Amino acid sequence: MINLIVNGQSHTVDLPPDMPLLWALRDVLGLTGTKFGCGIAQCGACTVHVDGQAVRSCLLPISTVSGRPITTIEAIGDTQTGARVQKAWLDREVVQCGYCQSGQIMQATALLDSNHKPSDADIDAAMSGNICRCGTYVRIREAIHAAAEQA
Amino acid sequence: MNQVTSRRRLLKGGALLGGGLIVGFSLPSRAQAPHQQGPGQLQGGGQGDTPDHPTAFSPNAYIRVGHDGSVTLIMQDTECGQGIWTSVAMLIAEELEVGLDQVKLQAAPPDLKKYTNPLLGEQATGGSASIRADWIPMREAGAKARTMLIAAAAQRWGVDPASCQARHGTVTNASSGRSASYGELVDDAGKQPVPDKVALKDPKDFTLIGTSPRRLDTPSKVNGTAVFGIDVKQPGMKIGTVAACPVLGGKLRSFNEAAARAVPGVRDVVALDDTLAVIGDHMWAAKQGLQAANPVWDEGANAAVSQADIIHALDQASKTSGVVAKSEGDAAAAIKGAAKQVEVVYQLPFLAHAPMEPINTTIHVRPDGADVWVGTQVPVRARNAVAQVTGLPHDKIQVHNHMMGGAFGRRLDVDSIFQAARIAKHVSYPVKLIWTREEDVQHDLYRPYYYDRISAGVDADGKIVGWTHRITGSSVMARWAPAGMKMGGKLDPDAVEGAADTPYALPAHHVEYVRNEPSAVTTLWWRGVGPTHNIYTVESVVDELAVAAGKDPVAFRQALLQHDPRALNVLNVVAEKSGWGTKLPAGQGRGVAVQFAFGSYVATVVHTEVTTQGEVRIHRVDAAIDCGPKVNPNTIEAQLQGGLVFGLTMALYNEITLTNGRVDQSNFHDYRMMRINETPQIFVHQIDNPKAPIGGIGETGTAAAAPALGNAIFAATGRRLRRIPFATGQLSSV
Repeated sequence: MINLIVNGQSHTVDLPPDMPLLWALRDVLGLTGTKFGCGIAQCGACTVHVDGQAVRSCLLPISTVSGRPITTIEAIGDTQTGARVQKAWLDREVVQCGYCQSGQIMQATALLDSNHKPSDADIDAAMSGNICRCGTYVRIREAIHAAAEQA
Repeated sequence: MNQVTSRRRLLKGGALLGGGLIVGFSLPSRAQAPHQQGPGQLQGGGQGDTPDHPTAFSPNAYIRVGHDGSVTLIMQDTECGQGIWTSVAMLIAEELEVGLDQVKLQAAPPDLKKYTNPLLGEQATGGSASIRADWIPMREAGAKARTMLIAAAAQRWGVDPASCQARHGTVTNASSGRSASYGELVDDAGKQPVPDKVALKDPKDFTLIGTSPRRLDTPSKVNGTAVFGIDVKQPGMKIGTVAACPVLGGKLRSFNEAAARAVPGVRDVVALDDTLAVIGDHMWAAKQGLQAANPVWDEGANAAVSQADIIHALDQASKTSGVVAKSEGDAAAAIKGAAKQVEVVYQLPFLAHAPMEPINTTIHVRPDGADVWVGTQVPVRARNAVAQVTGLPHDKIQVHNHMMGGAFGRRLDVDSIFQAARIAKHVSYPVKLIWTREEDVQHDLYRPYYYDRISAGVDADGKIVGWTHRITGSSVMARWAPAGMKMGGKLDPDAVEGAADTPYALPAHHVEYVRNEPSAVTTLWWRGVGPTHNIYTVESVVDELAVAAGKDPVAFRQALLQHDPRALNVLNVVAEKSGWGTKLPAGQGRGVAVQFAFGSYVATVVHTEVTTQGEVRIHRVDAAIDCGPKVNPNTIEAQLQGGLVFGLTMALYNEITLTNGRVDQSNFHDYRMMRINETPQIFVHQIDNPKAPIGGIGETGTAAAAPALGNAIFAATGRRLRRIPFATGQLSSV
């Protein structure tokens, strides 16, 4: 049995220990805000926070996160930084198809939690693991700066 | 298709529309438009009712108003990220006189009579055709509904309708001081005659059109609550994943069913003749089960096909004459007598679409009906695919269309829905079938490989005197919409779009198309369709001619565009805004491209650097666009920005290749996407031209990117790259 503490709620699950967290979140717990994009940690669509760090859930076995706090896009707005990022995303009208944006927002929130005033280079370094096929990168950069300024 | 297309007349003067997946039928006059078939069909309720919002007033196929005043707008165009739901809601709301805060949006069900896009000839979203098709009809739909609501109020109060005003869902009469909400008026409004004609607002009175309100679909996309097709949940649903034969046309020979079933959570293994599906409690079980099943394939006739074979066949075919798409003057003779000649081959690769949301279909097939939950650009084709597989009548198949995590043309086909129906026939429960990214990249329907031979010449004054262009490649149109083919089914108008109709004054111009279908590959529309192919080739050769003539690339184009003020204007604006002509450090350069496509004029300047290691760094992109009336300027900017990144990604990195009939690429590590650290500054300059015909925007940037970048690389290095992608070793020896 594995204990998944997701968004403050504890779930005891009987699942294969090597099952990636992504599928436990989406298919077992029903939290579909976290997205499947590539399955090999190349695109960042599946980004969640474990112990406050941005991680790719598509390759992360649930056995390694048992008992550790996991935050997903569904609850990131409950944090001050997450709410600021979401607001900046809407204010700057970042979103197009939106499929990658859960991961982008989780990654950006982790960046701003560790770096309150990131430069363009800091943003590029932190966000380069997150692919947006619609090409919203210019606005992602602007929105992260805006969220930083609102802190 | 046939019943739709037979009702349409052949297009005359199609180039005026600016093309872009225009299947080749006329825009019906308003009287013929499918949403205006007479008062009998315009009144009354019916479709669009939902249990929580019973429809009280539904004057047409797009508007539902409830007794509680709730306004539901039915969206015939699908939302793939391009922002069309917001823009169309703005068009309707502008004339209906409701606020965007008052409307709910609902995807249209499959219904060709009500929701056909007249530019595309069917209920489809693509070709940057939505706003062009909707600009007048959606405003008219809103105006007619508003007229009926006002008439109902005026009748109730015994006043002249002209003395009543509608604002934000309420009709008021200033002289009597009376007012009534739309919800209070719906029953009476439904009894009013549908007006034949309505006057649309003077653009100076627009309160929504031309503004940039917040998009209606985005709040749910930043907090995880948006439901894409892949997020669908149904009671009793299980999840499966599939492997189709990695070589097109091959068959499933054997697999280890026992091993698959031994994986915890696996519930079913479904074998079709060419596909194996494993279904389980969750995707992990399905994936593990499929791996354990270890399918073995009879690869069939395409098992030995290589990329070199395909290119060799294209090259050979390109040496034969094709069907003539355009012939003005004696181009060959003019080129022969020219002062300077250019004779070149340009090649564009097969491309995968790779939308971020992997291909998926959730489907429940029962003896008496079926439900499909999916994101599709073609809901009627989705329904028809399920009907064909199951034998169920159309009215027993419900297509629940969803927002898409990108489409880019991929979801204009229903191959995956067809496959899902074949699998779902074998199980009793709803099943969500998800393709892995590897399955997506290796079983896409690809943008054709194009092989273009172009010859052109300039005279001693630097004027183009002749131009011949022979395009060789697969015809998407012939497979997808044969009725759109021209010249007895031989000419694919999409394959030559942007080549047969350049913005330039070319005195002698000859364009041919040679259809050559590759082995082992099926082809499909890809963002930017014909223009993404031909604006690249044409604008590259124009640049080559400018060099041959010893002219500045902008000045050379200006001289060729004197007859077309809109084209000239976007070029002049982008030249000024981009700092064209100002000095750059060694190893850097600017490239320009001009286009008229999708009804919009765009001129683009890319400023790039090529390092001594051959790495391309794009510093800045400027694009000037004249799309006529601007519905939502923020969305126009977003589509240019994103479309450019999409096109630059392709130009730098993207190609699908085959070895032994199998696609070599499989995921984002070898089918590379541009990332934020590679993304340049992008500046979009929007021209005010509200009286011009409205143009589309969703694909303009994608078409602009490659030629402007290729020309910039030439300016930076003196190297002319005539094959996409650029950044796969072609510059390593700079």
